[in-house]
Amino acid sequence: MAKSKTIKVDYLARVEGEGALYIRYDDAGVHDVKLKIFEPPRFFEGFMRGRDFREAPDITARICGICPIAYQMSAVHAMEDALGLTLPPELHALRRLIYCGEWIESHTLHIYMLHAPDFLGYPGAVAMAKDHPQIVQDGLSIKKAGNAIVGLLGGREVHPINVRVGGFYRVPSAGELQPLREQLLHGRDMAMETVRWAVSLPFPKFERALSEQYEFVALSHSNEYPMNRGSIVSTRGLAIPVRDYDSHFREEHVEYSSALHSTLIERGAYFVGPMARYNLNYDRLSPMVRQVAGEMGFPPFCANPFHSIVVRSLEVLFAFDEAVRLIDEYRKPDVAYISAETHAGTGYGATEAPRGLLYHRYSIDDAGKITEAKIVAPTSQNQKTIEDDLRLMLPKFMHLPEKQLQAQCEQAIRNYDPCISCSTHFLKMNLQRVERTSS
Amino acid sequence: MVQPARTLDEPNDKARLAVWKFTSCDGCQLSLLDCEDELLQLADCMEIAYFMEASSNPSPGPYDLSLVEGSVTTADEVRRIREIRAQSRVLVTIGACATAGGIQALRNFADVDDFIAAVYAQPEYIDTLKTSTPISTHVAVDFELHGCPINKKQLLEVISAFLHRRPPQVPPHSVCIECKMRGNVCVWVAHGTPCMGPVTHAGCGAICPAYSRGCYGCYGPKENPNTASLSHWWQRELGAEKVVLIENLRNFNAAAPDFEAESRRQEGGDGQK
Ligand code: SF4
Ligand code: SF4
Repeated sequence: MAKSKTIKVDYLARVEGEGALYIRYDDAGVHDVKLKIFEPPRFFEGFMRGRDFREAPDITARICGICPIAYQMSAVHAMEDALGLTLPPELHALRRLIYCGEWIESHTLHIYMLHAPDFLGYPGAVAMAKDHPQIVQDGLSIKKAGNAIVGLLGGREVHPINVRVGGFYRVPSAGELQPLREQLLHGRDMAMETVRWAVSLPFPKFERALSEQYEFVALSHSNEYPMNRGSIVSTRGLAIPVRDYDSHFREEHVEYSSALHSTLIERGAYFVGPMARYNLNYDRLSPMVRQVAGEMGFPPFCANPFHSIVVRSLEVLFAFDEAVRLIDEYRKPDVAYISAETHAGTGYGATEAPRGLLYHRYSIDDAGKITEAKIVAPTSQNQKTIEDDLRLMLPKFMHLPEKQLQAQCEQAIRNYDPCISCSTHFLKMNLQRVERTSS
Repeated sequence: MVQPARTLDEPNDKARLAVWKFTSCDGCQLSLLDCEDELLQLADCMEIAYFMEASSNPSPGPYDLSLVEGSVTTADEVRRIREIRAQSRVLVTIGACATAGGIQALRNFADVDDFIAAVYAQPEYIDTLKTSTPISTHVAVDFELHGCPINKKQLLEVISAFLHRRPPQVPPHSVCIECKMRGNVCVWVAHGTPCMGPVTHAGCGAICPAYSRGCYGCYGPKENPNTASLSHWWQRELGAEKVVLIENLRNFNAAAPDFEAESRRQEGGDGQK
């Protein structure tokens, strides 16, 4: 007779959006892993049809309040591609600056408020603040510095209003950026402390065997750590321009999820996000960040997903360093935006959201109305990898008491900073142990 | 705003706060976590009893103040909002999704099955209502805070008004007034830029005009907006195309009655102003 045990958690906390997890296992192995995403669909790709192409950055920002800049950036790049617009370097630099702001605020939110409580054993940052007030205070003020960038360049932190196809509505003077510089220098010092603190956290040991190694996928650019541009590369030799995305990646609709599952055609699951960027672009990080990583003994290639909190903190440090550089080298663009005749076309855009590669494709007609939209969010690309992690991890942690095992599973999901709102909601955890009597 | 029926018995008996998510982008609840300077102080004044984005330790109701983000788009959400109402002394909706159906209410003007088919390969896996509706369609709401996203200063005002048992100071006038207060040059008068400011609810601080663009109405309708006049002036005096006007009436607050009626009237539909 088979005896089964079930553990249930109603709702996965500290993720953006709503999802559930179902795992069925016994001593012989894991039988079923399903990351279920119940976030009610909002149909962006549907209702964007017929809308003006200029609305894309304002509308797609509303897919996710945590990383609106990422949506705006991928959207404007795709539209500019469709129209054949090339932006001058000064406008690119400003876009990079606003993206630095989003990386800082989003990563810091994840590091301090969503993920650190897992490592330190608290239900959340507010509870953690009772014992570690300084840590939480520091996190909040680092986050505030990131928000200050987005607020200044974007007009507000959530759903900025200043990004448009061709550039910005208004560009700041060099003088306006100066007060930010002080705040960023202080933030950079605190980010350095964050790296130091993050490497000292207790990490579960989890490395995949060589044969089960991840395929990391990220943008890569000849002389930039990737944010806004580059080609798509992977640790298994993929190297394609963004416009070829659709011929290498495929989305499938599975019954238990309102987010589509992405796979690499004929290869399967892949991994996007900070670890993928870091592993594929280590040499493009600023010397200071590489030096700090080296001093902490943190390697240039990292395959333990629980270390993602360290990689995120290195990226926060990088974003501060980069933002200060961009401000120091800032030259106010001659015009806030460039425009072109509206004409029919198809455009492709991919940028690096804090959670990873975010791909947009649009077709527009001669009147500039969108005829087709396709958006692939980072979380839908990582879903299969998250499920694989749980499948491989569970046997190693099966000896743990159930409560701990469940916490470990939740933590493993949070390694990916999954943004369920983005990918389309409810994280219900359902861990089922099937116990067999020996036969 | 209806005040809590309960008197807090002890001076140090903290009010219990809950934050709920319905169909949304998480942006409005994030605004609470974006109160970097006030968050810990707030946690001192109130017990954050339920807030899934921030804590994995939800505690059961009843709650003194529920902040609700997001619109109602599934049958389960209809059931859930009734339960939450029953558990909450004061219920405040935050943001355009919760107060006006959000951008996802664009389905109310179309056939949702077309949208499902455009996005999903297996439409039968999708369980959704044909409409996206504000929370107030389903339960009584004590106060509505507008905006996509809400303004965090206004959110703090609403919470502190609740704690001090007074009505929140959230003026219902238009973005135009805020523009004047900010000292902006009017983008309409000075540059002929179509702007939704005259009919849009204040709260953002007139950001768009401050950044040289026209308001696109993300705070929804102000109190008693003269939308017909706005339509007239946009088209006759600013030369804006009707379709652009309709797109601006029909974005993040498309299901707000004043905007919906005017957009239908412009389309030649059944909306009566
Ligand atoms: S109102 Fe806007 S910001 Fe708030 S949850 Fe809805 S889409 Fe997000
Ligand atoms: S669209 Fe209007 S209401 Fe929204 S931020 Fe801009 S000015 Fe404010």
